[in-house]
Amino acid sequence: MKSKRIWFVLSFVLLLTLLMSACQPAATPTQAPQPTQPPAEPQPTQPPAEPQPTQPPAEPEEFIFGMLLVGPYNDRGWSQAHYDAGLYVEEKVPGAKLIYIDKVNPADRPGTTPEQLAEDLLSKGAKLIIFNSDDMKDGAINFARAHPDVPVIHASGDTSWKEGVNYIEFPKFGNTMGRMEYGKMIAGCAAALTTKTGQIGYLGPLINDETRRLTASAYLGAKYCYEKYAGKNPADLKFKVTWIGFWFNIPGFTADPTQVADDFLNSGYDVVISGIDTTEALVQASKARAAGKEVWAIPYDYEGACAEAPEVCLGVPYFNWGPAYLRAVEQVKAGTFQSYFEWLGPDWTDINNHDTSAVGFVFGDALSADAKANVEKFIAELAGGLNLFVGPLNYQDGTPFLAEGEVATDLQVWYLPQLLEGMEGQSVPSE
Amino acid sequence: MMKTSSRWSGIGFQTLAVLLALAFTTVVMLISGADPIQVYQNIISGALGSPTKIADILVAWTPLLLATAGLLLTFTAGLWNIGIEGQITLGAIFTTWALRLLQPTDLPPTLIMTIGFVAGALGGMIWAALVGLLKIYGNVNEIFGGLGLNFVATALTIWLIFGPWKRPGVGSMSGTEPFPLELWLPTLSGFRLSPLALAMGIIAIAIVYILLRGTYFGLRLKAVGRNGRAAFLMGIPTTRYMLMAFLLCGLMAGLAGATQVLAVYHRLIPSISSGYGFLGMMVAMLVNYQALWAAPVALFFAALNIGSIQLPIVLKLDSSLSGVLQGSLVLFVLLMDGVRRRLTRNQ
Repeated sequence: MKSKRIWFVLSFVLLLTLLMSACQPAATPTQAPQPTQPPAEPQPTQPPAEPQPTQPPAEPEEFIFGMLLVGPYNDRGWSQAHYDAGLYVEEKVPGAKLIYIDKVNPADRPGTTPEQLAEDLLSKGAKLIIFNSDDMKDGAINFARAHPDVPVIHASGDTSWKEGVNYIEFPKFGNTMGRMEYGKMIAGCAAALTTKTGQIGYLGPLINDETRRLTASAYLGAKYCYEKYAGKNPADLKFKVTWIGFWFNIPGFTADPTQVADDFLNSGYDVVISGIDTTEALVQASKARAAGKEVWAIPYDYEGACAEAPEVCLGVPYFNWGPAYLRAVEQVKAGTFQSYFEWLGPDWTDINNHDTSAVGFVFGDALSADAKANVEKFIAELAGGLNLFVGPLNYQDGTPFLAEGEVATDLQVWYLPQLLEGMEGQSVPSE
Repeated sequence: MMKTSSRWSGIGFQTLAVLLALAFTTVVMLISGADPIQVYQNIISGALGSPTKIADILVAWTPLLLATAGLLLTFTAGLWNIGIEGQITLGAIFTTWALRLLQPTDLPPTLIMTIGFVAGALGGMIWAALVGLLKIYGNVNEIFGGLGLNFVATALTIWLIFGPWKRPGVGSMSGTEPFPLELWLPTLSGFRLSPLALAMGIIAIAIVYILLRGTYFGLRLKAVGRNGRAAFLMGIPTTRYMLMAFLLCGLMAGLAGATQVLAVYHRLIPSISSGYGFLGMMVAMLVNYQALWAAPVALFFAALNIGSIQLPIVLKLDSSLSGVLQGSLVLFVLLMDGVRRRLTRNQ
């Protein structure tokens, strides 16, 4: 009898909860959505309303564009750089509106495919779909097959590169990528001018053409500066890459980047360059610094990445996708969007110009003044036409890549089949 | 056997459970600062808003049905086949294996895909048989055996993707090289839905319904599940029945894995099972192991999964909210069942 009463009371209380929660939303319908908005929601859709104060400002026509982000929109890395570019477009194009789905990868969204998620964006009115990751290559192609009339951009892909090895003809399929090779060379230079042990670790994501050429670029930059500005023998420089298997940590599926970074820092590698989408290298370097180790790190992808641990950050090579997406959105609006492949270099007059430069490099607080001066010289050399993909260069296994004085073509750089001689770590040769 | 009054109270408690689950999910939404009405609206429009979405629900329904159908057999035999995730994965691995072997041959694609399905079924059965044998002869509880084999299956997938089956020049967990278009299971034009796969799911649940409802086998399986010792004393070979339940479940799980490869992803990816095994367990528990209700509830769960994709786009909410609803439904239904039992016993 007694327990019956207890259950009765319990059920009653639960019922009450139900009623209360059922009533609440109706009472405050306007308030609830507010905190869910991302903090940086842009408002400048209306230009400063001066010209004709008598007329109400004309509503700009709404233009929705969609983005699929491989990681969280606020990952302080690859995905956030894309997200911010979306906000940049919203700011520049009146009426433009970004919608996105983040964490688009099989581990975070089991049972879905990128093309399916892209259709969700389409059904919400998107007129342009941006696939932001190498990992979505098949998804982007499948989507374009099913919707040839919908403008698509696959960032970092090569599907629309006529000379490339994966060319597929689509009417409205854009590929855009920054020449991050320069950013990585600068990063490598900063690392080489800072390391005291002469050992640089590279926290690598997965292995493919893109990551091989970027890792190789960091090595070339490091080697060059180690010799030219530090006056040391480049043969003494140790450069090792450890790959985790994906663009970021997926517990159970990838190697743990925290662990990999720690392994570097605990075994004499005093600078860790990150090649992954997230900031583990920086975070672990910061912890090691707090424990008394003299170590540094160089994050990747996102302009603001150093902010997480400025005391160990030498700087960050980053992507500035905004101008490329702005152009695409304007073309779609004008009805002139057609397939293209672009591989955009920095604006050498100011690599950090948000309106013109596709890649940039921000110096970090931890870079010494001496080193900084030399890195600046190095940047000036690059701006002046210095090319590090020039022979003699050998592949990692000792076979020749470029003969004396031979300059690598874009195709040779893009599809770099192996790491280079002098680099330690897995290559997974493609040939 | 059941008196009308207790049946009514049963329905009453079930309804209460559903309401409580909704209330709980609503509270979760309110805590995360979302407007529940908007959330429910978006889930519904996201699931039923267009023919493509409805087709996508059926795409998700197919492996879920297969998994649930298999699980109904093991549950009936009193077995917690938590290893189903691994069985789906092994099915996918075997299918991929068969396709990779036969792809360069001149065999017609239809035959290759058929062999792919058979291989998938075989893979699932092997993995399930391991759980069964470990239980029967090794005295390893099927929950632990299954859990362990799930991990092994994942590790095997990762090893294959990074090792022997890696894409040329690539070392990434994103998956193996996609199969050519002719090895994709044909779909309804304009949709991702493969009618063949769907039919397979429906046939599977129908077979399980008939097996459990109208056959001697089903009756004996129930006896084994209710009271294994009594069944044994009555002359039912309990171990053989348990093993049969595992094998049949593994077969269906393997087919689910094969569908994931042939009709959805067209390659092997690390999380190829997509959690349909665990979701199937929730469905089976929710319907109190009744095959009749499994199909609609699985459909509802699939619809929740597809509908919730809209949440991050419009409301910046995580899609896993649908999982909260699914989980809390199961919890509250089980809880209310317990409450009802307690009350009726006390009376």
